[in-house]
Amino acid sequence: MGSFNYFCQQAINALQLGSIYALIALGYSMVYGVLSMINFAHGDVFMLGAFFCLLLVALVPVPFWLALIIVMGSTALLGTLIERFAYRPLRKAPRVSAIITALGCGLVIQNVTLGFSPYARRMPSLLDITTYQFGGLSISTLQILIIGISLSLMVLLDYLIRRTPFGMAMRAISFDRATVPLLGVPANTVITITFAVGAALGGAAGLLYGLAYPVISPTMGIAVGWKAFVAAVIGGIGNMRGAVLGAFLLGGVEVITVTLLPSTYRDLVVYSLLLVILVFKPYGLLGKPPLQKV
Amino acid sequence: MKNRLLTPALLLAGLAISAILPATGLVNDYLQFVLVSLAINAILCVSLNLVNGWMGEFSVGHAGFMALGAYASALLTVRLFPGAPSWLIFPLAIVTGGSVAGLAGLPVGFLSFKTRGDYLAIITLAFLMIVKSGLENIPFTGGPRGLLGIPHFTNLPWAYFCCVVAFWGVRNLVYSKFGRGISAIREDEVAAESMGVDTRSAKLAAFVTSAFFAGVAGALFAHQLQFINPSSFDILKSTEMLVMVYLGGVASLGGSLLGAGVVTVLTQILQPLGTWRMVVLPLMLVLLMLFRPSGIMGYSDWSWLKPRGERNPKPKPEPKQ
Amino acid sequence: MTPLLEIRNLTREFGGLRAIADLGMMVHDSDLMGIIGPNGAGKTTFFNLLSGIYRPSSGEILFRGNRIDRLRPSEIARLGIARTFQNIRLFRELSVLENVRIAYDSHLKYSPMAALFHSTGLRQAEQGSTRAAQELLDLFELGSLAHERAGDLPYGSQRRLEIARALALRPSLLLLDEPAAGMNPSEAMKLLDFLRWVQKKFTLTIIIIEHHMQLVMGLCTRIEVLDFGVRIAGGSPTEIQNNPRVIEAYLGAEGEIP
Repeated sequence: MGSFNYFCQQAINALQLGSIYALIALGYSMVYGVLSMINFAHGDVFMLGAFFCLLLVALVPVPFWLALIIVMGSTALLGTLIERFAYRPLRKAPRVSAIITALGCGLVIQNVTLGFSPYARRMPSLLDITTYQFGGLSISTLQILIIGISLSLMVLLDYLIRRTPFGMAMRAISFDRATVPLLGVPANTVITITFAVGAALGGAAGLLYGLAYPVISPTMGIAVGWKAFVAAVIGGIGNMRGAVLGAFLLGGVEVITVTLLPSTYRDLVVYSLLLVILVFKPYGLLGKPPLQKV
Repeated sequence: MKNRLLTPALLLAGLAISAILPATGLVNDYLQFVLVSLAINAILCVSLNLVNGWMGEFSVGHAGFMALGAYASALLTVRLFPGAPSWLIFPLAIVTGGSVAGLAGLPVGFLSFKTRGDYLAIITLAFLMIVKSGLENIPFTGGPRGLLGIPHFTNLPWAYFCCVVAFWGVRNLVYSKFGRGISAIREDEVAAESMGVDTRSAKLAAFVTSAFFAGVAGALFAHQLQFINPSSFDILKSTEMLVMVYLGGVASLGGSLLGAGVVTVLTQILQPLGTWRMVVLPLMLVLLMLFRPSGIMGYSDWSWLKPRGERNPKPKPEPKQ
Repeated sequence: MTPLLEIRNLTREFGGLRAIADLGMMVHDSDLMGIIGPNGAGKTTFFNLLSGIYRPSSGEILFRGNRIDRLRPSEIARLGIARTFQNIRLFRELSVLENVRIAYDSHLKYSPMAALFHSTGLRQAEQGSTRAAQELLDLFELGSLAHERAGDLPYGSQRRLEIARALALRPSLLLLDEPAAGMNPSEAMKLLDFLRWVQKKFTLTIIIIEHHMQLVMGLCTRIEVLDFGVRIAGGSPTEIQNNPRVIEAYLGAEGEIP
């Protein structure tokens, strides 16, 4: 009975971590689906979500829900600015240029934040947390909240993509950018909104992560954000379902790893898993190879 | 006939100068340090340029090869043969470092057969993280605290010598059928295959050579700093190398020298900025991509760096001899 | 006499689409064969199958009696099949000379180690390759452009360069994919004479995909017609011009082939 309890407890931890990863991973996949580029800066947008929250509540003590909305709005804005000034000029450039720029942007964001805050910070608690115990399991309102909000946002995104004209345009662009304007939808608008939505999700993830694991650091973008990227690639980058699948898979793997091995092994296991999966499924678990016309 | 001997003579003179210079007192310790760093950076830059410049890929994992070379060489001099005389053990350490790194280049090379572009970038990133994380977890390599007490074997003559060898090796590879094949892969892999280029051996040649020299640079680095730990070889280190390549010039030997020179000097000048100096390099990367993606000397080279048969005046025809 | 090239039941599918369906063909030495058909008929797919870029879904391709359909493109190139591309795939950033030298490289036999050390053997091989490439360029009236960036060449010169590059492989079979694309009628006829000369000078067998009917009818001894991946007709130029199925494929049920 004890080990079953332990298993359930870890399962909840994995769900929590996985849902946060999923929010970030979706941002990576959305952008890749629409522009075929890896937005390396996304992990650092996630990190800023946490730091924006820190800054916000230090200036103006706001309730949780308001903080979440403000943070999501801020990161959404940031995401669109990065797209407008760093990525859009490179739309016609070789793909390598865009990836390099994204990497550069992410590192600039990280290192500027490091400049302002060289040390890790503690995220203040924005809510009163109660922990429920039943049947030997403890689950806190925070965990429920995180999982609940993440799942809600994912459902919202799914609705957005499958039931709205924007969503259709987004999917159309990933197939053929040139014809989309002919359908009466300006491609740039769709792309901007995609970045905004992805960044908003990333910001939300940052805030939630800060609440769940209250010590945040500017290097979080690489330490955590990139693992969500790994999740997206494992699932099949560009594929929404893949992102979510990869995220929960990775959450589970990480939680298992930490129970069996010292926590310093986390990165090793995660990136080795990525490599192994890519060797056997070069486009991720749910991904498809791009068709190349000769 | 006299011309044939000019280049080796000049190079040897350079070696002699590098050996004598420190003793003359003209060059203080700090300047020596900078010059050695410049040589190490030049080796890193030209080796990365082989894959990122000539072959047109995007390898982010180069610091991983450097790390393998650094650790392999340091383990040799610190753990295996401590106290051995430098003239005996150092060349062995350098070659070991290079070879270990070169060997690691093989699997990455094999993976590049089927994967290109974004996915190869991801694979090289994973490689970097695995090396870094692996080193952090192996007690034999000192874990996260790293290796201390590495003997200070790296001096100006050694750095100069390795730098010359690296540039010579890469130059020879580039101006051979393998180098042309590598460039052809960059331009159009399908057409290259259709024109008989064995893309597989070209890719392996590129990755293994590139990794080997990165390992050599790592060995020099370890024996200059006398202390290495896994966080010396992280994504920021890789970014430093990327800036060198894309600033100096892709697919260019002269560009590699230039890029290494600028970044080395910049790193020294920016020291007083403290943590803020780490903003400059990635910012430069972004600006480079936006305004001058092939760098200062992209795809071109100074004549004196090319083999004699390749020095083409253009567009006037050469007079018959 | 063994045909140079034999195609048996060649099929290639993409997802549910049959780009090439059960194709059969024979090409003999010194043939000048034309492949024609409406857009999307599968002509370039056919070339891609021949040159190894695609693997057949089923069927066989035999070159001098040996199966080549499982080989890599570089191996097929070394066996003696060279091609040009519909969209001109030159190595644009490289010089004109380097473009040709790369094709010639498959005849150079030194190892990577020799390359790393630039042995005397290598230097001689390199000099030989440069000379051979320059001679070929001179023959194609591109000699003075040897050190120009290939991407900077005017369109017609680029097409000629692509053919020169293919010939540096010393092939016995040359596949030309729409070499006259973008040319006006008089340029196309000049190309016709040029190709006749190429075939004689280099003792080649040529298969050419073209839409310029005058060129195809004037150059080729045999023509195969594809439509929707299926061979609908084959024969001499005159036979093809009067074949109703061919006319229908191009223009609906009436009209003539221009």
